Amino acid sequence: MTALKLANVNKSFGEVQVLQDINLEVEEGEFVVFVGPSGCGKSTLLRVIAGLEDATSGEVTIDEQVVNQTPPSKRGIAMVFQTYALYPHLNVRGNMSLALKQDRQPKSVIEERVATASRMLNLEPYIDRYPSELSGGQRQRVAIGRAIVREPKLFLFDEPLSNLDAALRMNTRIEIANLHRQLGTSMIYVTHDQTEAMTLADRIVVLRHGRVEQIGSPMELYNNPTNQFVAGFLGSPSMNFFPAGLVHAGDDRTIGVRPENLYLADDGVLDAEVSHVEQLGADTNVVAQVDDHQITARLVGQHFIEEGQSLRFGFEPKSAYHFDRDGLRIR
Amino acid sequence: MHKARTNPFITVGMHGALILYTLIALFPVFVILINSFKARKAIFREPLALPDSDSFSLIGYQTVMRQGDFLLYFQNSMIVTVVSLFFILLFGAMAAFALAEYRFKGNLLMGLYLALGIMIPIRIGTVAILEMMVATGLVNTLWALILVYTAQGLPLAVFILSEFMRQVSDDLKNAGRIDGLSEYTIFFRLVLPLVRPAMATVAVFNMIPIWNDLWFPLILAPAEETKTLTLGSQVFIGQFVTDWNAVLSALSMAILPVLVLYVIFSRQLIRGITSGAVK
Repeated sequence: MTALKLANVNKSFGEVQVLQDINLEVEEGEFVVFVGPSGCGKSTLLRVIAGLEDATSGEVTIDEQVVNQTPPSKRGIAMVFQTYALYPHLNVRGNMSLALKQDRQPKSVIEERVATASRMLNLEPYIDRYPSELSGGQRQRVAIGRAIVREPKLFLFDEPLSNLDAALRMNTRIEIANLHRQLGTSMIYVTHDQTEAMTLADRIVVLRHGRVEQIGSPMELYNNPTNQFVAGFLGSPSMNFFPAGLVHAGDDRTIGVRPENLYLADDGVLDAEVSHVEQLGADTNVVAQVDDHQITARLVGQHFIEEGQSLRFGFEPKSAYHFDRDGLRIR
Repeated sequence: MHKARTNPFITVGMHGALILYTLIALFPVFVILINSFKARKAIFREPLALPDSDSFSLIGYQTVMRQGDFLLYFQNSMIVTVVSLFFILLFGAMAAFALAEYRFKGNLLMGLYLALGIMIPIRIGTVAILEMMVATGLVNTLWALILVYTAQGLPLAVFILSEFMRQVSDDLKNAGRIDGLSEYTIFFRLVLPLVRPAMATVAVFNMIPIWNDLWFPLILAPAEETKTLTLGSQVFIGQFVTDWNAVLSALSMAILPVLVLYVIFSRQLIRGITSGAVK
């Protein structure tokens, strides 16, 4: 069963077209992440799905029903916002139960669902506190709890981790992954962070300039990008691109090699001068210049390399990707 | 940076300037107050002296209480001010919310049109307003004043409030929409409490001119039963003789209610419950 179906969705603000011909199907229980640089339209797409923006054209179907004309509260969705967006005048219990009260659910149901959600999220000690008395992480958990109690068919997350610090971000990421396992509900998650996308997603949708660049599982996209943008966007440090002419004179394609696929070799094809070294303990990232092109190599283990040193890097031909002048992959 | 802030000379200088300003601002009020408790001769002999056992007199207050129906004037002023403020805040906030929140054709033009009133004094239209009030039979009613003051206060209210409304987090409003709150509930329950400091500012800006206005009460509602306090006090100021005791006493009493309203609104100014709503 499809939880969400987008068919030829377009959205424009006046002259500016922010979403162009989006087609997507999300299966029941799937975790789909929209990822892309800022301004790529991923948040707008989420807001169109939520019903906070109207699609200029195209059809949005949630749970087999066309919802283009349905208000957000009747779409069977719940949304978690980047800024938490808790109601300042209500305590944790009030924040979580408001939607159910609006929906005229019986008191017993409300109480039971709030209790279950707060148990799941370890919010029981804070149930009577107001948002201003909670820390950032707790606030985000309340926001997630507010989404859970509605028992939606589709969860929407709008960059929920951006306002948290690094340590908390990782914990909350794991919590969201656990939550998805427990609830088994379809989730759509918007982020600009490719690590979040890679770790959480069943499928990733890469967006750029309001268009879908590629849809696929994280490893599919990583191993088999259809164009230079997707190849460069996923993976950290990102893929190296340099003209194939550096390797074979006269070749006008672009070669892409992942940093971990570069290795030190005395007979390597890339003659590089080291400009910066990052020692990470388990890995060493070497940033070097080949002619005018900057490349990054990720070497496993600890290597003692100094700035200014000349090195030769090599790579297996089959680990290289080739792109044409428009950035499309040549297989 | 921190050191500069705690520098004692700067602190003293700052407080000195503030105290000086306070004294200058309070001086006229103080003079009115002390002279309202003095006999007529004492007022002219030594205007700046405090009332003592010789010069102390309540004659001004007695005159005020005897002549005219001062309680009624008080009540009229109060009704006009409070009701006008209520309408200014209600309609101003609603218009501001619509301008700030919804995208519709002519949004910007509408905003400019509503703000235009800031630049055009409403008194220019006095004749037309009077004709309108006569035609609608509102002359000599408090409604005439309330409507005029509401119109007078709206432009600034819309202008200030729409700026503040734009700052209210979109996520919060959207969360309300997803939870099934109506636009009215979002406006009254989520947005209004967050712009309360701005509302208080607008209220204070509008309150004083309305309370003190003499122009429109004189023209639109000069009847005995609709006289406001400012207009009522005018009976003591004559072309040849002015009963200063009565004038000063009336003014002293007129200060009080504004003071109370001001305290109420400034509380709101200070109390912000924004924290915790969004980051």
